[in-house]
Amino acid sequence: MGIDRRTFLKGLGTGVAAAAPAGVAAGSLLLPGKVGAKAAAENREFMGVLVDTTRCVGCRSCEMACADAHNLPMPNGDASVLDKKRDTSETQWTLINRYKTEKGEVFAKKQCMHCNQPGCVAACLVKAMEKKKEGAVTWDDNCMGCRFCMVSCPFDIPKFEYGSAVPKIQKCSLCWEKLQKGEKPTCVEACPAEALTFGTRRELIEEANRRIYRDSGKYISHIYGEHEVGGTGYLYLSSVPFEQIGFRTDLGTIAYPEYSKGFLYSVPIVLLLWPALLVGVSTLTKREGEVRSKEGGEKR
Amino acid sequence: MNTVESTAVAATGETKSFKDIVAFIRSELKPKGKIFTPFNIISAPIILLGAFLVVYRLVKGLGAVTNLSQDFPWGIWIGFDVMVGVAFAGGAYVLTFVVYVLRSEKYHSIIRATVLNGLLAYMFYAGAIFLDLGRWWNITNPLFGNKFGANSVLFLIAWHFLLYMIAEFVEFSPAIAEWLGLKNIRKFLGSLTLGAVVVGIALSTLHQSGLGALFMMAKGKIHPLWYTEFIPVLFFVSSIFAGLSMVIFEGSISHRVFSDQIDHEDHASYNGIIIGLSKGCAVAMFVYFFAQLLIFIHGWHWSLLNTPMGYWYLAEMIGLVAIPCFMFLQGARYGNILLIRIAAILTLIGIIINRLNISIIAYKWWIPLSERYIPSWMEIVITLAIIFTEVWAFRWIVNRMPVFRKPPEWAKEKH
Ligand code: SF4
Ligand code: SF4
Repeated sequence: MGIDRRTFLKGLGTGVAAAAPAGVAAGSLLLPGKVGAKAAAENREFMGVLVDTTRCVGCRSCEMACADAHNLPMPNGDASVLDKKRDTSETQWTLINRYKTEKGEVFAKKQCMHCNQPGCVAACLVKAMEKKKEGAVTWDDNCMGCRFCMVSCPFDIPKFEYGSAVPKIQKCSLCWEKLQKGEKPTCVEACPAEALTFGTRRELIEEANRRIYRDSGKYISHIYGEHEVGGTGYLYLSSVPFEQIGFRTDLGTIAYPEYSKGFLYSVPIVLLLWPALLVGVSTLTKREGEVRSKEGGEKR
Repeated sequence: MNTVESTAVAATGETKSFKDIVAFIRSELKPKGKIFTPFNIISAPIILLGAFLVVYRLVKGLGAVTNLSQDFPWGIWIGFDVMVGVAFAGGAYVLTFVVYVLRSEKYHSIIRATVLNGLLAYMFYAGAIFLDLGRWWNITNPLFGNKFGANSVLFLIAWHFLLYMIAEFVEFSPAIAEWLGLKNIRKFLGSLTLGAVVVGIALSTLHQSGLGALFMMAKGKIHPLWYTEFIPVLFFVSSIFAGLSMVIFEGSISHRVFSDQIDHEDHASYNGIIIGLSKGCAVAMFVYFFAQLLIFIHGWHWSLLNTPMGYWYLAEMIGLVAIPCFMFLQGARYGNILLIRIAAILTLIGIIINRLNISIIAYKWWIPLSERYIPSWMEIVITLAIIFTEVWAFRWIVNRMPVFRKPPEWAKEKH
């Protein structure tokens, strides 16, 4: 009961919060040049982040800023942690990995990709995972802890607090609270090397293409996330093939929710046709039985 | 409850009052039969330990009892308890189809035990989901929450489990009414059976395949020999012979343990039933094997066969599908009950292996053994405790209600 009331109040709260960006956006129309704000005013396009791995210097400022902003434990600041490939965890939403490639050392940031059509969202049976209109994929505490989202995320991003009796799913939220106010995600603000660019997906893809054309010797001509799994909010540029910097290149371009659509479409059909068919057969067999017993045939 | 009883009594002039029934139930609660049987001596401590571990899990969180990890979010509580438990319970919808829709009288004598087994399997094994939910206090959110993930496969399964348990309960309820001696209620409940059966079959078709559909978005994580877009269809077809094999297996034990409750006529017809079930298994398994073969050929996975995972795949498909299928066929042809029973056991092992392959063993097959999920002893003890409790519940009910026994004279169904 207590929980019910709380979620109800929170529902009201999100209602109010949803109204807020409109006001903020209206205000930001007066401030031209802010990439994010324009999209927020239109409320149509997903926001995202372009990661230019050729610019990343591996300073890990984003890691620290993220931990600070979300009350997560500060990551070990020692450079030696880069010696091993790390994975995000329930206490770390984003991190930098260092890869030895044909073009030398490359640093690549890892976090939730904020897919256009996320597997995790399609998996969630209580909509605790949600794709917000700003583009962020967020988690909410009406979650049941079934961990289906973990199974269904092509990038294995959602992490679960196994050690807790009141566990949460932890993952990057694209700083949704800030997006609503028309601000940039914390990591983007923290990056000193301009390796991270915040904007609408469309703008980011344009910008990425511009960089590839301008400097074709520097980049391979592939924007990771433009088409992968139906498109992601995080987009990556690289100087080397993406396999070399820890990306899966076998995921295809079909959005993950499509894979269970075939089954889901068949559900109403089965629910309608099956019972009708079964009742039909049952009536037939019943009639048969009656005829047989009338004829005085063998006792059933 | 009270009003229902009293109206029933008023309508029929049955002598039973609500008080009588309560007193009767109370007397029935006492254990019947010997207490210190070998089975009890083994199972009781495990159930106790399991109960303790369940409390521990709820207080300390999943990590304290399970070996689950970020890479392996689902362990044996899902991969075995739920996936296998539900497949094994498939006998209920298959046999209700045969008995109530096709109206084959031959299998009538085993229908109640099968439905009861199905019902209990859902209550206990699907109930294991509760333990596995990290945030179990939100378990009712898919039913009465403020947000519904209506196009989640799991949402569908959650609803189906619930509705199917109700349908199975309705199917079994005449036995309860007979036990309590409620004639009119028995008649009313009996009239609901066909409806419950029809709904139950539709629900089963969907959630048996739905359990497979849960893995559709694990594309890229399940070894290509097991991942196919047809997993839902394969799960559905395999639930048919999994369920029937379970009926054969369970029957061969029950017929020994509860033999005093089964009358001569039923004993005599029992071999005929087993042979019939065996034919059913053989056909379903053949379809399944053929489908697997087509999927394999279509997937063009020849080169994968000559790898360790490939051998494992072959062992499953040949050793635990093709061979038992052939054994069922031979057993049915020559009336060899022993062969059929062995085939049933092999088939059940095959289903266990198949479900574990998809959910655990072939899941992220590239991860080295040292970092893989291997169930902890506590996960296993809890699973065993669940199984034993289910068997206890089954035995309790069978010893009281007409499951194997013939229903009382007054409840004879007119066909
Ligand atoms: S990367 Fe995974 S967690 Fe992030 S939005 Fe996509 S599916 Fe969801
Ligand atoms: S674990 Fe929570 S967020 Fe993930 S699918 Fe289950 S209910 Fe949704």
